[in-house]
Amino acid sequence: MTTAVTTSVSARGRTVLSSFVRWETLLIVLVLGLIWVGTTVSPVFLTPRNFTNLVTAVIEVAIIALAMTLIIIAGEIDLSVESMAGLSCALLGFLFAAGIPLEVGIPAVLLVGALGGLLNGLLVTRFGLPSLVVTLGTLALFRGLALGILGPKGVTGFPESFTSFGFGTVPGTPIPWPFLIFLGLALVLGIVLHGTWIGRQIYAVGKNAAAARYSGVRVARIKLWLFVLSGVVSALAGVILTARFASARADIGQGMTLTVVTVVLLGGVNIFGGRGTIPGVALAALVLAILGNVLRLTNISAEIQSISVGLLLIISVVIPNLAHQAKSAMDRARGGRRTSAGSVGPGEVVSP
Amino acid sequence: MAAPAPPSGPLGGILAVVARQRELSLLVVMLVLGAFVAIQAPQFLSISNLTQVTVLASIIGVAAVGQALVVLTRNVDLSVESTMGLVAFVVADVLAQRLLDMPVAIAAGLLLGLILGMINGIVVGALRVPAIVATLGTLSIYRGIVFLLAGGKQVTLTDLPEGYTALARANVFGIPLFFVIALIIVVVAAIVLRQTRFGRQIYAVGSNPEAAEILGIRAGLVTFVAFSACGLLAGLAGVLWGMEFGTINATSATGVTLQVVAAVVVGGVAIFGGSGTVVGAGLGALFLGFISNSLVLLRFSQFWLLAIYGVVILAAVALDGYLLRRLQRSTARSRAR
Amino acid sequence: MTVIATAPETATPARAELRGISKRFVATQALDDVSLELRAGEIHALVGENGAGKSTLVKILAGVYQPDSGSIWLDGEEIALHGPAHARSLGIAVVHQEPRLFPDLSVAENVFMAHAPVAALGSIDWREMRRAAARIFDGLGVRMDTGAIVRGLSMADQQLIEIAKALSIEARVLILDEPTASLSAHEVERLFTIVRQTRDRGVAVLFVSHRLEEVFDLCDRATVFRDGRHVVTAPTAGLTTADLVRHMVGRAVSLFPKVESPVGDVLLELRRLTRGESFRDVSFSVRAGEIVGLAGLVGAGRTEVARVLFGIDRAESGEVLLRGKSVAFANPSSALAAGIAYVPEDRHQDGLVLDFSIASNVTLPILTRLFPRLFVRGSAERAIARRYADQLQIRTTGVDQLVAALSGGNQQKVVLAKWLATEPRVLILDEPTRGIDIGAKVEVHRIISELAASGLAIILISSDLPEVLAMSDRILVMHEGAITAEIGRADATEESVMFAATGQAADTVADGVHV
Repeated sequence: MTTAVTTSVSARGRTVLSSFVRWETLLIVLVLGLIWVGTTVSPVFLTPRNFTNLVTAVIEVAIIALAMTLIIIAGEIDLSVESMAGLSCALLGFLFAAGIPLEVGIPAVLLVGALGGLLNGLLVTRFGLPSLVVTLGTLALFRGLALGILGPKGVTGFPESFTSFGFGTVPGTPIPWPFLIFLGLALVLGIVLHGTWIGRQIYAVGKNAAAARYSGVRVARIKLWLFVLSGVVSALAGVILTARFASARADIGQGMTLTVVTVVLLGGVNIFGGRGTIPGVALAALVLAILGNVLRLTNISAEIQSISVGLLLIISVVIPNLAHQAKSAMDRARGGRRTSAGSVGPGEVVSP
Repeated sequence: MAAPAPPSGPLGGILAVVARQRELSLLVVMLVLGAFVAIQAPQFLSISNLTQVTVLASIIGVAAVGQALVVLTRNVDLSVESTMGLVAFVVADVLAQRLLDMPVAIAAGLLLGLILGMINGIVVGALRVPAIVATLGTLSIYRGIVFLLAGGKQVTLTDLPEGYTALARANVFGIPLFFVIALIIVVVAAIVLRQTRFGRQIYAVGSNPEAAEILGIRAGLVTFVAFSACGLLAGLAGVLWGMEFGTINATSATGVTLQVVAAVVVGGVAIFGGSGTVVGAGLGALFLGFISNSLVLLRFSQFWLLAIYGVVILAAVALDGYLLRRLQRSTARSRAR
Repeated sequence: MTVIATAPETATPARAELRGISKRFVATQALDDVSLELRAGEIHALVGENGAGKSTLVKILAGVYQPDSGSIWLDGEEIALHGPAHARSLGIAVVHQEPRLFPDLSVAENVFMAHAPVAALGSIDWREMRRAAARIFDGLGVRMDTGAIVRGLSMADQQLIEIAKALSIEARVLILDEPTASLSAHEVERLFTIVRQTRDRGVAVLFVSHRLEEVFDLCDRATVFRDGRHVVTAPTAGLTTADLVRHMVGRAVSLFPKVESPVGDVLLELRRLTRGESFRDVSFSVRAGEIVGLAGLVGAGRTEVARVLFGIDRAESGEVLLRGKSVAFANPSSALAAGIAYVPEDRHQDGLVLDFSIASNVTLPILTRLFPRLFVRGSAERAIARRYADQLQIRTTGVDQLVAALSGGNQQKVVLAKWLATEPRVLILDEPTRGIDIGAKVEVHRIISELAASGLAIILISSDLPEVLAMSDRILVMHEGAITAEIGRADATEESVMFAATGQAADTVADGVHV
């Protein structure tokens, strides 16, 4: 369904916009503006404690967004991430309650994450089904399994060494431990995407899967691995959630997919694939983190936050679309039929 | 001049029949399932149980008809649950505060649903935002508005006028009122889709958008109308939801989108657009209702329900994909002739 | 140098007229100040080579493209076409080359989607619709289940539905854009009868075709385009095939004939290769330094053979030998690794990533080989791209330029560069010069010839007969999935190839053709 009538229109939208301003530049300006607002409205904003809170609030979303970035660039989508995080959390709690130590439990849930991703990937690549519906199905399936395993009860009593990983910070700094996971993952995926031929092939798959296939790119294999990656990373986010809340519940992470997709699209990734960068997505995660923090500090209700996330999602697609429409209207006025060649969008790898 | 090459093998034959007669196959499956459950748990066939099943299925069915219209245009509306929740709450709240008479309040609720659907329609049809992105956004926005309005409070049965919730138990010649409403909506939608030019344009846009544009069919407009109708029907489903449950708070109808999409997909409306019927969508809703009810009667944990819905969606989509590829192969095979 | 051999003035008024139409795309002038007059009651042929501007003109008349300049007249009135639907409403019916149907809907509904018959209350009259559709197909002499769903029907059936669509409206102008490409001889004959009847009702018919014998069989007048310009319009009665070809090609027949070069050992051999109904029992071999032409009509199975050789599809039976060893590729990447390269038919769809740079496109198939340590080095990448850009004389501002900004001919050279960079032993070219201008075409031919001279085994799939004749050492002709003739370079003529391609009995084929 993502390949609807509108493909050609917005696929080029982002290119056009970025011929005026690079998307990442825009995001940096946004971050600086929000920091300014934050320091103006609240004296606590710049404290180390607040930094910890700010980062922690979106850390799972940000981590999953990194994997989602690669999937969307490759032209697919994974809506099941929130349920995989929930399944991972529930399963970890279930195993822990059954007396299995976390040293075994955590690898086990990561493996389940990989298997869930494999299921998504096989259904998409082997059966040729649209990832939108497949992952909508597994969104229900994974959450259903989580509910089936744990039911309405919660599991607590995790060892402190585990929960402090969720709560605590690197000694002497305000940096929460999970942030290191985010940084590491961002670094690795950023290098893979922007520096290696694997990344180049991912872009090629997203821009023109047929041409990529004819060029010897193993399109199905790449997509399959990306879904596996997404599953593992989502399961990892589930582990972090468990540590952070010091409890395991089946309904954890609900609604998170929306925020993840918002971060990715706000980060300049094109919903139709082929464009986007890891730095852009990291910046977008920061925007969302600060925005949420500022709203909380000014005691604006959580409801406004969920509304603003939804609006942000739509706007981050509408603006490039409108920019493109304006551009082509201008072109028409000038009487030329031009392609938007020559400009470079975010994520466009022009040989470094 | 050949019809599509007949599928080979017994499995292929069965699948071909399922493909052509999706609605009938679903009905057969439901009868078999019903017979099995009735043997295991005789209370399945009691009037009260059947009423319960059909009333709940009717609410999902009404929303599923709207969703089917959207899916036929090759789009999807993930925001239906928030539309239902918002409408359910607003109508209940207005009635609880005795601000409006019941008919007016219900009409206002339907209008609200229509407006919410029109907003989706504008974002997708005119602003050309992919449906998945647009409705994921409004899913969150509409739900946020419910939270803003409701805060922590909830409207309970005792706050509501008696006549309101009583409608959920009302019946017409022994048939539950909700079921009659759902039936009327399925029939009207089926006639519009089958017998009007606009109805056929919905199929055309979903089947081949480029070809539709060439014939002068305005895909954006058709999409807008489909989303608007989906919003209106989700609004109606929300009103029914309020009548049925009586207790309404900010989280009412959360998670219903999955059931609605599942009903549509199981009912044979192709997620690729352009193919399927609202009768199928309605039957799909009934089918899901049966499964849920059977779990209860057979004493399975209700907590597995969502997992079963997930499997049902995947199975239905896999079947559709398989049949589609089969047909396309037959074109490719005949190319060289 | 436009030569207008004016036909004797008749009293018939011009039904439709294009005056001074020009249309430019990014880098090519598709139409340059062309005029065309279609009279009521005539069948007018429009012929020209690929890239002559025929389909651009059809699309302008169909309302798909807006001309940059010039005017369109219908029955003496100047009109502006706002879109395809508008053109239809004015009575301009078009049969497009590629069927544009609704795969999920029935045959009858596809015919009548834009103007379904309605009964009381605006309700669609399905019985009338089916009956009306059946009437049209009866008229075409075709047995068609009008209630069948279009998905799964053969290409020929889909083409017939496209024709029925055009016949279903009261047309003033009927445009047929290569309507016969996938039809059988019987269906073509029926179509012509219908088209003649349509003409006799006073409709102006524009018939675009590659098949010159059809032009003479059916048409009253013919217009020739070359490189976007109008060359001649004349009654067909006063023309010969030779005249038409001369006008189409121009005086300078600038095809670059293959340079003779020594032929080496057999590199690739196919033995009774079969894939379903796409093709069967295909056997031939290609030697190093040899160019084997694969001729035939659209849908004869040539591309399908190439797809199996390149690992995109799999054969059902038969064998492929590469330097004597049996191979079966599971995917293009293993075919590439074995030294086979395939330049696909559709440059934009399958050949290029349009918004990648030239360098990124050229290195896409060899990334893994070029950078075994994972990391892409821009300097190495650009160096390779530059080498091939120079060798193939790609006109560009630099290898960082996006491919989308290049002209068709230069894009095709990027595709070639991309496959040459894989250093293949066997090169399969599928319509390598389709839609590129004549200058670029000559260069591509020179390149192909040099490649053969350097020892590559080349399979050239082309529907462009002069090209196949000029370039090939041997020509294999396919018809309906089977090889029907093998013709040596010396014996090959347009006629002998065309006979075999249309499946004429072997004994009618000229001397020197071995079946």
